[in-house]
Amino acid sequence: MTNLTLPHLPRPLALAAKALPLAPLSLLLTRLARQLMRRHPGLQRRLGEHARCRFLLDLTDLPFLLLLEPGGATPRVSAISRLRPPAHDTRIAGLTSAFLGMLHGSLDGDALFFSRDLVIEGDTAAGLALRNAIDDAELDLAAELSVMLKPFAPLLAWTLPSVERLSGLALHRMDRPTGAPL
Amino acid sequence: MELVCPAGTPAALRAAVEAGAQTVYCGFADETNARNFPGLNFDRDEMAAGVAFAHGRGAKVLVAINTFPHAGAEAMWHRAIADAETLGADAVILADIGLLAHAATHHPDLRRHLSVQAAAANPDVINFYAETFGVKRVVLPRVLTVDEIAAINREIDVETEVFVFGGLCVMAEGRCSLSSYATGKSPNMNGVCSPASHVDYAEEPGGLTARLGGFTIHRTAKGQPAPYPTLCKGCFTSGNQTGHVFEDPVSLDATHLIPALARAGVTALKIEGRQRSRAYVAEVVRSFRAAIEAQAAGRPMPEAALAKLSEGQAATTGAYAKTWR
Amino acid sequence: MDLTVGPNHFFWDAATVRVFYQGLAAAPVSRVVLGEVVCSKRLPFWQDEIATAVEVLLAAGKDVAITSLALVTLKRERKATAALAEIGLPIEVNDLTALHALPPGQPFWVGPLINVYNEGTLRWLAARGAVRVCLPPELPLDSIAVLARLGHDLGVAVEVWGHGRLPLALSGRCYHARLHDHAKDSCQFVCGLDPDGRDVETLDGQKFLTVNGVQTLSQSTASMAWQIEVLREAGVIALRISPQSVDFAEICDAYADRIAGKLTAAELAATLVPKVPGGRLSDGFVRGPAGAHWSGTATEGNRHGL
Repeated sequence: MTNLTLPHLPRPLALAAKALPLAPLSLLLTRLARQLMRRHPGLQRRLGEHARCRFLLDLTDLPFLLLLEPGGATPRVSAISRLRPPAHDTRIAGLTSAFLGMLHGSLDGDALFFSRDLVIEGDTAAGLALRNAIDDAELDLAAELSVMLKPFAPLLAWTLPSVERLSGLALHRMDRPTGAPL
Repeated sequence: MELVCPAGTPAALRAAVEAGAQTVYCGFADETNARNFPGLNFDRDEMAAGVAFAHGRGAKVLVAINTFPHAGAEAMWHRAIADAETLGADAVILADIGLLAHAATHHPDLRRHLSVQAAAANPDVINFYAETFGVKRVVLPRVLTVDEIAAINREIDVETEVFVFGGLCVMAEGRCSLSSYATGKSPNMNGVCSPASHVDYAEEPGGLTARLGGFTIHRTAKGQPAPYPTLCKGCFTSGNQTGHVFEDPVSLDATHLIPALARAGVTALKIEGRQRSRAYVAEVVRSFRAAIEAQAAGRPMPEAALAKLSEGQAATTGAYAKTWR
Repeated sequence: MDLTVGPNHFFWDAATVRVFYQGLAAAPVSRVVLGEVVCSKRLPFWQDEIATAVEVLLAAGKDVAITSLALVTLKRERKATAALAEIGLPIEVNDLTALHALPPGQPFWVGPLINVYNEGTLRWLAARGAVRVCLPPELPLDSIAVLARLGHDLGVAVEVWGHGRLPLALSGRCYHARLHDHAKDSCQFVCGLDPDGRDVETLDGQKFLTVNGVQTLSQSTASMAWQIEVLREAGVIALRISPQSVDFAEICDAYADRIAGKLTAAELAATLVPKVPGGRLSDGFVRGPAGAHWSGTATEGNRHGL
């Protein structure tokens, strides 16, 4: 009953991801998370008490795990080897494309859950809060990356479409922004 | 017919209006509404902005204040009604008698709808609510057939609104304590049913096991669609039978009944799912807007295209067909 | 504090009903509510017993009220509900449909299936003529205390669910018929096979629910055995004892003894466990993390799965 339309990360890319050094990757993702929290204060508010939770994001087609700790003002994301899964409160597992689809509001988390393309374990309420917070924030990964890597924004705009084509992943929001603050 | 669409967040409200909702319903982020889920709902500023956005595009906003106030804490519910009026809501959706009386007395100009949580299932009780509390519209409980809805409309003067899509309550709403029996949290008092905070998933030899408050609700083998861990849609054993004693984990899709509901005199069609994402809201609203326009033009109803958004990935017309009972 | 016997939720034949109410005449209960609350299709099988039962109970000095149906949808149900106002006995309203036919000011009772959760609702009902209210079983002690105090001020007697499987839900669908593969309209009255309802267990064998036609009850029997003092303190003036098929007179005796201080909580619970269907008790709605919870101990023979 798997939703066949969900693309897996192509094997060569997954292999390439294996070569990524986890410490710098963690730094980069942490910077991104802090920027998200700063630019979208609704995230923090909707997470509420669940901001203290440790979310293990298991993007099943990536060679490493991500530990998201939204915390207070200083969220942290760690890329961690699959050999040493960290302690966590909630585990959410699915393909990278499923996570990006939810992030960009093009896929419904419940529908992914019904079709078992998304698995949630542990503190389910925290998982729901995170899902709802992100859905309301109307995020756009491409836009966030170009803010974060400002000097390289033109380069990014130029390369992103080919990265999207190669990976089969949507790295930008596809629904029409509806007067939401970007 | 009017399409009444769910919005659990401001983003979902905008998505619903953009997708063609004439009316959106939502609630404040507390126990005053029956979808009091983590990370959902509106604070006062968001509600004001949501109302402005909807009104700017010709859509209405209904505020659901449809739980039953706690004894000793009614002020929170009274404030919700007052704020809904101040913030420009087009109506409030209420279920509690005390709250209806309060709203009728203190906010006479604020339009009052009767929530499905009041389970008003016949013309006498609907007329009672209309005459006593000035209710202008009744959301009918999901226990009636289309014929019964038509018969009700012949005997009442107020509008009726019925659910056409989404999660299906098997029980008369507002009169169900199954959730609080297992978890201590109830739809009536806390605005939650089978709450996530009391759900545990475990991979076990028989499959993915969902427990609610320690009670096993279902076990789904690999590859089977996973349902919500909702109590009344669980898999249980009675005597030598094992199965979905109350209801299969399916959700309602009454698309093809829209012409019959129109003939039955229904004013508004309601989509369930304030807990769902803006992706769900946009897709379902678009689909139903198209169906309503087809109905108005006398064209056939579009084929069901929403199965993948449905729980159990399967749909039923529920109580609207008499055989369901 | 005294005892009210609520309407029987299950489907018993006429002879059983007759014996049951004759037995109640001698029981230490102050009042009895009778009539069909769950399914109008059952009523023709035993309604001829109602008049005799009322006579017997009135002669024995009990107050008697007639209940309305809990979920009124059909035309004949509406007619029957409207006709209740003419019987000459107090009506216990268990669906607000019954209020539609009741002249304002005519006193009535309010049953546990009406949502009386707060002061506003209690005040409105009192102004409309309510003189006695059995609160919904779901209410926690805090709410009970607030409403019992207000009831005292308004002259409304406030009672709570004292004993019996908890009425948890109502549906348009008949689960007994569904379990027997019958349609509701040709149900063959299979609910009559289970005089205390049909048990529903979880896949792991946990005792959980009981179905009774269109109604779903708890499989545990709620008992206020351990809560008598706090309820009395809160201002509750009556306990509702809900009928079960066996040992009912003894159960009424035991509660009366408990109220009179002749039995301790543990003694009452120990008396009840072997008598209630399934042998399990609960009181979690009033004071516990969830409705299924029980304040007593395992030594009372109540092996709790939680």
